[in-house]
Amino acid sequence: MSLLWLRFALACYFIGLVYAFVALSRTSDLFSRIALHAASLGMVFHFVSLTELFLSGHLVWASVHNGESLLAFLCMSFFMLIYVIYQTTSPGVVVFPVVFFLTFVAAVDEQPVLLTQLVSHKGWLAAHIFLIFIGYAALLVSFGASLLYLLQERRLKAKKSTSLISFLPALEVIDQIGYRSLLLGFPFMTLGLLTGSVVAISTYGRLDFLDPKILLSLLMWVVYMVMVFTRWNSGWRGRRAAVLASFAFAAAVVAWAANYFSTIHRFAAS
Amino acid sequence: MRFQLIGVNHKSAPLEVRERLAIPESRLPDTCRELTAYPGIEEGMVISTCNRVEIVTHTTNGSADLRGFLHDHFHLTADELDAHLYEFREKDAVRHLFRVASSLDSMVVGEAQILGQVKEAYATARAVGAVRGQLDQLFSRAFAVAKRVRSETAVGSSSVSIASVAVELAKKIFGTLEGKTVFIIGAGKMSELAARHLMAHGCASIFVSNRTYDRAIGLAQKFNGQAIKFDDLYNTCDRADIVITSTGAPHAIFRREHGEQFLSRRKNRPMFFIDIAVPRDVSPEMAKLDGIFTYDIDDLQQAVSSHVADRRKEAELAEAIITSEVANFEARLHTLDVVPTIVSLQDHLETIRQAEIDRVRGRMGQLTPEQEMAVEALTRGIINKVMHTPITTLKTAAKESEATTVVDVVRRLFNLHDKEKESAESTGKKNEVGTRQ
Repeated sequence: MSLLWLRFALACYFIGLVYAFVALSRTSDLFSRIALHAASLGMVFHFVSLTELFLSGHLVWASVHNGESLLAFLCMSFFMLIYVIYQTTSPGVVVFPVVFFLTFVAAVDEQPVLLTQLVSHKGWLAAHIFLIFIGYAALLVSFGASLLYLLQERRLKAKKSTSLISFLPALEVIDQIGYRSLLLGFPFMTLGLLTGSVVAISTYGRLDFLDPKILLSLLMWVVYMVMVFTRWNSGWRGRRAAVLASFAFAAAVVAWAANYFSTIHRFAAS
Repeated sequence: MRFQLIGVNHKSAPLEVRERLAIPESRLPDTCRELTAYPGIEEGMVISTCNRVEIVTHTTNGSADLRGFLHDHFHLTADELDAHLYEFREKDAVRHLFRVASSLDSMVVGEAQILGQVKEAYATARAVGAVRGQLDQLFSRAFAVAKRVRSETAVGSSSVSIASVAVELAKKIFGTLEGKTVFIIGAGKMSELAARHLMAHGCASIFVSNRTYDRAIGLAQKFNGQAIKFDDLYNTCDRADIVITSTGAPHAIFRREHGEQFLSRRKNRPMFFIDIAVPRDVSPEMAKLDGIFTYDIDDLQQAVSSHVADRRKEAELAEAIITSEVANFEARLHTLDVVPTIVSLQDHLETIRQAEIDRVRGRMGQLTPEQEMAVEALTRGIINKVMHTPITTLKTAAKESEATTVVDVVRRLFNLHDKEKESAESTGKKNEVGTRQ
């Protein structure tokens, strides 16, 4: 049943996906409103789907697909939060495709939950997943904002403001969205990694720093920290910030992908 | 519909003529009173702005000598005035007024002030009783049309002056201008104007610098700002978010190294340079830096003209809205036109019926309740059957242009004019109710 709701959500997110593709080339107030409503409806379905999973009683997030679903939901929540504060749907350009992809993968089929038997600290694991996912969502938004910043900067520099209604918010506003997400996400990411380490140590007795998952996560965290630091210390933004954010994002994607290679994080542990 | 409008605007008359016709606000109520007292004018009002003077009236019989009124009022001869006047009647007057209220007839198409000015003129005329039923409807509709044009087209959404383009660009960079600091370098008229606009949009503080320090002090005082010695320019500049520069320097005063310096001191927060100097004050090399946004006079001018072109396109959409609204308004007015006639026709026949019943009663004495009911039903039935065709014909005609003719014929056939004169007061009240429906 949960999967069915998720598929409904996916259909709604599809409208968001279409919006993401056309928003940059043509501005339509109506379409952005449609996309917003579709996304809200999608979130409702998504929430129902997640609640059903939760009520099933297992530590279900520990399945890759359920995790993806949760992550997608958190990203959407972040997007909505920004919409409420800044009244802009523009981060959707980056958020919607990612959310659609995650939901799509999650909605394909159900996976058995296998990890739970191995882990002795279920509470820690749940905390780890939640914290890390909030960190991921923040990172995604920050990455999106840095791309939009670049775009808006280009437009202002090119001095061609032909469209009557600009789809992008003001440069400083985009910057604020990016920076605030970054600041918000960092503690979550850090705590997420710490709780993850606790889980790993308690399960395996040690941290294997050569494991790709751990190595990449650490790398991602370092890039994240560099981003926060350069921004805080010397106000890096624009191109340099975008490069760093892309790095962090790429590291995050690879770290995520490493779930499929890592020995400690592989859910289908033998 | 007997609307008649006469006036001059920036296109039809030069400033010298408009000056002589302009009516100061304090004299508007008197002028309105004078206007309604003029022969042939039922209701009237005056719109007087710097770009137009217009007299809008509802006449008693379709035509009033508005030119004569203008000649008398302003003590001008026909030779002096008539060549500059335009005059519209009925549908054309409605269209013209809709266009004026929607800012399509303005010098800067889409500017927002005109609607407010028309509303004020309307309120003034209404207060002195110069605007009643007909003009009331016309203006209420005109305001609704203006609102529709504004919300359905983008005719007023872009800036079409250099100062407002500067504000718009600043907003695209900073979002809000609240608390931002402006720096004027070189005290010129244009930079002053731009600064004024920026301050009006929330900029908090201002620095002024000029080669002649005294002039800087003078200008700074105007804005409650701070004068900066020209030598301190580079040390202070990074504190400003928006720099308006217009010095007469023969070469750029801001070079790449200055820009880098500013940015590092500002922790890379962006800066907006409005460079209206020729030759330019900001070197192209500096303008390339990330975080420095420079618009020179040509860029601003270009933005203005592209916005003007945009507005023109939107104005076409707006004209289409006006056309359909004029047609709607006309149709509605026609329907309203026939309502009083229908009412008086009904009254007329009802009076006849009552009179006939009374006559029969007189001859036959008291009727029994059954007889009373039978007579009532019979006469009512006849009257309704007789009236059915004229009323449907009137209602159908209302939707077409022949309404006035049909109304006239019906009134003449049933002799409604005389009837009305007899009971002028009561019918008048009913008409009023009729037109307000």
